[in-house]
Parts: sequence; structure tokens; C-alpha cells
Amino acid sequence: MGDHGPAQGFGRWLFTTNHKDIGSMYLWFSFAMFLMGGVFALVIRAELFQPGLQLVEPEFFNQMTTMHGLVMVFGAVMPAFVGLANWLIPMMVGAPDMALPRMNNWSFWILPFAFALLTSTLFMEGGGPNFGWTFYAPLSTTYAPPSVTYFIFAVHIMGASSIMGSINIIATILNMRAPGMTLMKMPLFVWTWLITAYLLIAVMPVLAGCVTMMLMDIHFGTSFFNAAGGGDPVLFQHVFWFFGHPEVYIMILPAFGIVSAIIPTFARKPLFGYASMVYATASIAFLSFIVWAHHMFTVGMPIAGELFFMYATMLIAVPTGVKVFNWITTMFRGSMTFETPMLFSIAFVILFTIGGFSGLMLAIAPADFQYHDTYFVVAHFHYVLVPGAIFSIFAAVYYWLPKWCGNMYDERLGKAHFWLSFIGLNVTFFPMHFVGLAGMPRRIPDYALQFADFNQIASMGAFLFGFSQVFFLFIVIKTIRGGKQATEEVWENPEGLEWTIPSPAPYHTFTTPPAIK
Amino acid sequence: MSSETHMTDSNDAYEPYYVPEQSAFPILASISLFFLIFGLGSFFNELTADEAGSGRYIAIVGFLGLVSVLFFWFRQAIMENRQGMNSLQLKRSYVWGMGWFIFSEVMFFFAFFGALFYVRNFAGPWLGGEGDKGQFMHLLWEGYKYTWPVLETPDQVVEGAKAVFVGADSSMYPKDAHNGLLFWLPMWNTIILLSSSVTVHFAHVGLKNDNRKQFKGWLLLTVLLAIVFLFLQVAEYYEAYAHYGLTLKSGIYGTTFFMLTGFHGFHVFLGMTMLLIMLLRAQKGHFTHDDCFGFESASWYWHFVDVVWVCLFFFVYII
Repeated sequence: MGDHGPAQGFGRWLFTTNHKDIGSMYLWFSFAMFLMGGVFALVIRAELFQPGLQLVEPEFFNQMTTMHGLVMVFGAVMPAFVGLANWLIPMMVGAPDMALPRMNNWSFWILPFAFALLTSTLFMEGGGPNFGWTFYAPLSTTYAPPSVTYFIFAVHIMGASSIMGSINIIATILNMRAPGMTLMKMPLFVWTWLITAYLLIAVMPVLAGCVTMMLMDIHFGTSFFNAAGGGDPVLFQHVFWFFGHPEVYIMILPAFGIVSAIIPTFARKPLFGYASMVYATASIAFLSFIVWAHHMFTVGMPIAGELFFMYATMLIAVPTGVKVFNWITTMFRGSMTFETPMLFSIAFVILFTIGGFSGLMLAIAPADFQYHDTYFVVAHFHYVLVPGAIFSIFAAVYYWLPKWCGNMYDERLGKAHFWLSFIGLNVTFFPMHFVGLAGMPRRIPDYALQFADFNQIASMGAFLFGFSQVFFLFIVIKTIRGGKQATEEVWENPEGLEWTIPSPAPYHTFTTPPAIK
Repeated sequence: MSSETHMTDSNDAYEPYYVPEQSAFPILASISLFFLIFGLGSFFNELTADEAGSGRYIAIVGFLGLVSVLFFWFRQAIMENRQGMNSLQLKRSYVWGMGWFIFSEVMFFFAFFGALFYVRNFAGPWLGGEGDKGQFMHLLWEGYKYTWPVLETPDQVVEGAKAVFVGADSSMYPKDAHNGLLFWLPMWNTIILLSSSVTVHFAHVGLKNDNRKQFKGWLLLTVLLAIVFLFLQVAEYYEAYAHYGLTLKSGIYGTTFFMLTGFHGFHVFLGMTMLLIMLLRAQKGHFTHDDCFGFESASWYWHFVDVVWVCLFFFVYII
């Protein structure tokens, strides 16, 4: 193995075993899915611009809400984090590549096929999945369109991709660290990904079991989710949310790692409370397994269950609070500057906290009976996912892009992208709290007149946010094609091994392990 | 984990980590997988709609493609190791990989066991009218009494002869399932599978002691026991369908029974295939006492399959 560069032509991407190539493919794929899921969202927001039915049939509206959720969760957010993991973890721990490079490429190449199949269901007879991204039975079994079978298999192979990707990440972190890189010296991004990968391996098989039960109920006459045979539709919700709740932390833990890398750099202070960050992440991961039924407070659970899941859920606020206070304390009396990655990170801390607080409101079982299935829930999870997961990904791209391509992005354009996104998302999602509390149900293409004003505001915000992301694409391409040459360190005294190698990072890094202080 | 490659400062002794150059396996495997699932999806839809179609052929093409790709992929990985390209560190990567893969399999079974526990402890009794959650069930399923195993489904109680889900005549518990085979088949299967975990361990001991005859002999016996297990499992399914009226469609009891034992049986088949391949490799002279990851990982998988069966035996057949 020498210092040779990448292979030529398209074969480079098809056959690659290089973690940087694979990371780039994950990130580009994720961005394509982000735009596609975004278009689905804009169809929803366009329809909801006015009360009444204007643009699409209710049936198609349902397909849009479903596909928007599925594509954003499985196609945009998760692959983006896996892409970042691929690019960064080997460089951060001083490894020559991922532990199992060929399997790494397989994990990626499954995804385009899975999403091609999933998206093609929109053009099938009977339409695509129309039962919400949570695909509750019996909507997804007894009353589902025939395309649900393809949806099930697409989920199966997405799960296989995630499991293989996670195995690779865990093996890399546990086995490939440079000598001297002890666990408690690892960057937090590596720590959060280690725990995320563990969560993925624990719950993706449960999702596979869940869709397998659906498949059997639909085609082979079993009665997991059918009370007529002695089963229970609510069983579906338990199995699904046993996967689903850890899944939402899968989408946020790597984000915690990213902002924990960025805030110290631009506050010019070491991260406050490194060890407590690690323990808080592990606690959140543990708690994620025992809170799932807070998604189902209104479904009819015994009072003991309501209480258990309510209190367990509230406990999550403790480790999450530790994290938020650590970030704030890191910034306290720091020599702060506000480059684009820092702006996204600060917005992350503030807006994610808002999403966390609305989560606490939803955790209160009696109050949840009012909020359940309203736009308040939509506001809540978009506040944790958009300024949470998505903003952290933007922050990561601005922070590490100079390392990846060797050029600095244009700071003015980056800041413009930040403010457009920041304003767009708040205009979109903040009014949803109000219409939700007033009782507007989610996943319905029409609404009462009283909700019209806030919905119009939200729709305008959504289009602003959406078009800002095309601008982001422009900024990234412009940076890749040229710009001010980035230095090795890129930023002022950033911490981590990735800043000790040239920019752009050579095709192969750390073929012999670096010395760790 | 051995610590011989853990150095503190000097990197002089670093053994390079083999990063394969380029490989066509991943993309070919992805294409095959796509054909397989697209074909299966179409096939299942055609089956349910009772239409003729090409789904099954697409699935077969995909399946054969996937099997061939995996064959050559594993072949290459084995050859790389035999050519000495794998450092100790790389070998540990494979160990971690297999360990976490088995953990993912554990969680897959966890979903199905969870479904069984939920139905038996919560959903079933509520459906029968027990407690707060059951107080209005009589409006939907009047006259339904919950018992486990569910031999009369709510559907039958309400719809009578028109019911879609028709419960079994008798269960697979020992009091009901005395069949012609000696005494009670699952108990024999338990004995067989537990024994096979012991025999595969003896094979491992033989390999560690460089006793190839012992290694191959016990490994062969393990594979034979696996085949006997699968044969008895098929016999049990035949009995269930032919004489007990227990099918996939006989309500939640048939559902949980066949899905749990069926997925376990499928994993036994996979484990047996792995062990068989290891036997063929042993025959070709592969494996030494200090380099036998392929065999060891197959035997870990086999122990996992065994543990799942013990849980199954306890929760599906005994209590």
C-alpha cells in the first residue's frame, strides 16, 4: 500500500475502499435526499398555505408526509452522519482507514438502491406508502397499498446498510486507534458515534423484525397486529417505538459530538466537562431504551405504564441539561468569534434547547393528551431535528470542508446561508407551536379557518428555508472549485489529529499511526 | 484482546494494516441484493393477488447473484489471510465485526420474543376482557375468553364458520403434542442442539491441540447433529400442519410459534451452512491452532443459535 492517489474515472466511486471517498459519497447522497425530502415538504407546505384543498389530492398528501419523513430520517440525516463518521473518525483516531473497507463500500452502495425502490413506489399502482413515516398497523397492513411490500424490503436493506456501517464504526473506534489514543482522549465526535453505532446495532434489527411482522401479516396470514386472530395493533406501536425512540437519539448524538468540537475552537477554550459529556451521552443512550411508550400515551396503557414512561422520559432532561450547560460554560468568558460553523453551533444550542423544552411538555402524560398528534408535536420534533441534526451537519460541513477540499469557503456567503436558514426555519416551525396548542391536527391536508394566518407564515418560511439550501449547494460547489488556500490547521488552534495533516487531506492518512501526546 | 501490538511511543514495530485497493464485490452485491428484494416484493404481491408474474425469477437471479458474490468475496478474504496479508490488528477487526453482528441477531430475536411476552402478558388478557383495558372488549369480541395457547381466536368466537383465523386443534405443549416420535420432539431437539454446542467445542479443542482428526471428526458430528435438528423441526411442522391444525393462519399462537421457531430454524440452517463450509475448508487444510477465525466465528454463531433455542424451548414450549 503506497501513497498512490485515487483511481481514475467513475470506477473510483463504484469500487472504492477509501474512507474519504465513501464519506464523500454518503454526504452527496444525503444532500440529494435532503433536497428530495425538502421538495416533498414544500408540496405539503404549498397545500397548507390555505385552508381547503388546492393542489393535491388528500391521498397524495398522505404519501408526501410519509415520504418526507422516511427520506429525511433514513436518507438525509442518517447517511450524512455516517458520511461524517467515515471522513472524520479514521483521521481523528489516527487510523489508516475504516476497519473493514470493502464492507464500508457495501454499506454505502445499498442506499441508492434502497431509495430508488422506495421512491419508485410513488409511481406504482395504488401509490406509495401513505401511512405516515411511523407506518402504524393496520394502516400499513390491512389498509396499505400494494407498494408497501417494496417499502418493507427497502427498509430491510437500509437496516442492513446501517448495521454494517455501525459494525465498521465500532470496529474502527475500538480496534484502530493509534497507540496512546485512550478512550478518554478520543474527540467527543468519536465518542458520540461509538454510542450511536451501538444504538443502531441494537435497534435496527428490531425495526427489521417489525417490518417482517408486517410482511407476514400482509402476505402470509399471521395475526401479529390483528385482534381478530388474538394479536394487537398496539403491539406494532410498541415494537416500532422500541426502535423509534433510540432512533431519534441516533439522529442527535453525533450532532452533540460535532458542536462539542466546534464550540471550543471558536470560544478558544477547551471543552468544559469532557468526562461528563461522555457519561451524559451514555446515559441518554441507556435511557433511550426505556422511554419508548411516551409516543403512545393516548393509545390506552395502564396507569402504571403512563407514569413509568413519563418519569423515565423526564430523566433524559438531566444528562441533556449537563450537555447544554457544558456548551454554555465552554463559551463563558471565551474569546469568541462567530464564523459560520460557530453560528450554526450556537443556534444549535439555543434552538435545540427550545425543542428539548417542548419535549418536556410532551413528556407530561396528562398534558400530552392535549398535544398528541397536533402540530405542537410537529413543531417539537422539527425543532430538535432541523436546528439540531441538520444545523449540526451544516456546521460540520463548514468546519471540516477546508480540510476535505483544501479551500476556504466564502465567509460572507456562509453567514448569509446561516441567517437565511435560521430565519427560514424559525418562521416555519415556531408558528406550528401555536396552531398545535390551539388544536390543529397533523397529517391532514385541510384545516379550520382560524389556523390560516399561522399556516401562511409557516409556508413562506418553508420556501425561504428550502431555497436557502440550494444556495448552500452553490457555496459548497464554489468552495470545492476554488477559493483561498486552507492551512493545515484551518482554524486558530483547533484540537484534534485531523488538523495535523495537510489540507486537502491526502488520499491516505496515518498509514503508520501518529504519536499521541 | 492480546496486547502485544499495543505500543506506547515507538511505531517502529507497526505492522501495516491491509487496506484492500479497489473491489467490485460491494457494488455487485448491492445490485444482486436489489434484484433479490425487488423480485421478492413482486413475488409476494403476485402471490397475494393470485397473479402470474416474473417476481420469482427476478428474486432467483438476485439470490444466485448474491450467493456468488459472497462466495468470491469470502474466498478472496480467506486467500488474503492465507497469504499473510492480515496483521493481528486486522484479525481483531474481524473478531469485533462478528461479535457485533451476533449482537444484532440477538436483537432481531428480541423483537419476536418481545411480541410474545406482550401478547401473553398484556394484549391477550385485555382482549379477553381483563382489567381497565378490557372493559369494552366485549363490544367487539363478545364471548371471547383468553387462554394461552389461543386455540379459539376472537374471530372464530364472533364469526363462527366464516372466521379467517381458525385456531389449532391442540397446542405444541408437552401435554398435547405427544406424537409418534419417541416421546416429545422439542425435548429431543433440545438435547441435540445442546449436544452440538458441546461437539463444536470439542472440535475447537482438537484444533487448538493440533489434533486435526479430532477437529474434523467433532466438526462433522456437529454438522450431522444440525441436520438431524432441522429434520426433526421439519417433522414437527409437518405434524403441526397435518395433525394439530396449527398453521401460520391459526391466530396469534400459530403466528408466534411459527415465526419464533421458523426464524430460529432458518438461523440453524445458516449456522449449519457456515459449519459445513468450515468443514470443507478444514478438509483443504485450512486453520491452524493460532489462526482459525473463520471456524471460531462460525462456532460463536452456533452457540448463539443454541442459546436462542434454550430461550425458545422455555418460553414457547414449556411455560
